[in-house]
Amino acid sequence: MAMASLSSPLRVCRGILKELRTIQGPSYKQSLAYNYVIDQFRKNKVTGERYCRAQQEAHHASLTYLCLLTSTRNHLALHNLYHGKGERSPEEVAGLVGLRLPTQPGGKGWEK
Amino acid sequence: MFKSVIRLQSRLGGVITFCKVFPRHELFRNAMKYSTASAERKRFYQDVSISQGEGGLYEVNLDRKKLKTPSGKLFTVPNEALAIAVATEWDAQKDSIRFYTMHLTTLCNTALDNPTQRSKEQMISAALKFLETDTICYRVDEPPGLVELQRNEWDPVLHWIESRYNVTIGSSSSILGPEIPEGTKETFRQHLGSFSLWSLTGLEFVITQLKSLILSLGMLDRHLSVERAVLLSRLEEEYQIRRWGNVEWAHDYDMYELRARTAAGALFVHLSSESSTIKHKLMQD
Repeated sequence: MAMASLSSPLRVCRGILKELRTIQGPSYKQSLAYNYVIDQFRKNKVTGERYCRAQQEAHHASLTYLCLLTSTRNHLALHNLYHGKGERSPEEVAGLVGLRLPTQPGGKGWEK
Repeated sequence: MFKSVIRLQSRLGGVITFCKVFPRHELFRNAMKYSTASAERKRFYQDVSISQGEGGLYEVNLDRKKLKTPSGKLFTVPNEALAIAVATEWDAQKDSIRFYTMHLTTLCNTALDNPTQRSKEQMISAALKFLETDTICYRVDEPPGLVELQRNEWDPVLHWIESRYNVTIGSSSSILGPEIPEGTKETFRQHLGSFSLWSLTGLEFVITQLKSLILSLGMLDRHLSVERAVLLSRLEEEYQIRRWGNVEWAHDYDMYELRARTAAGALFVHLSSESSTIKHKLMQD
């Protein structure tokens, strides 16, 4: 059996559904998006024309949506990986160069 | 009794206000949803659903509350597909709401609120002005590898748009850029005039991301895929990456963010201007 090409409707549909499953967990089959996507793919599957503009448009829209879901997920993943840690506390910063913050028993004047 | 009101408000957003009049409470709470400076709102809803309201417009509901725009207007979209996509964005938020990943919601809010009061003419003129500094038209003189890459990758797109719209644009390697003839601008002005305000909002967003009107039109006319348009927009960066290597936390991060925003913009324009009907042909046997 020939491998479905990278942008064939089947591959795109599977891709979108996989992304939805990643987002929504095991109950993704009940979600609005799942049912809408399946519905749209079914509706656009059969056409009498050899070059059907509506089908091409739907295909491009599905590729675009798949790109949106994948890129958002990857962007968020990279963000959490590299940019999500926030600032270090003063204690950690001092520890980077081997120093320790001074402690003042009884707290500083303005602290309670 | 007043103490409990203040405690309730502070739990909601860390903003202590003394809000005596309860009908304003709803509106203020929704405006607070977007405007908290720390941008770390916890997910406060379980289910996201859509419903069809008056005039056939679709609304998004978080639990039982209707979603509103930052300025307090009711959030409505013209078709079901866009509503479902926005609902999916809200549903995708886990513990905290990250607005910077919700591009479609942001675009809808901009179109609904129009906070800077842009008119169609202003947006079209801004888009045409961008043509003078379009990425595709700006060529370098050296290094020769990049010159050739630009010629091989960008020229076909330029030829495509010139023949599709019957215009002359051309490219230039001078600092001033190409001379865009008035006829070209008029043709594009007429074409963009047929876009709705919503579509123009999306188009403006895409142009800002891709830094090119030509690439944006190429993608919206379905000549280029999102990935291809982003690649062409970042051609010089890709060239440098191939020479010097890829830095994941910068290059990939930027690329995915650009792809996400561009895809959202493209989808927004398509969904704002579509109307689909299905003609069922009778099966003849």
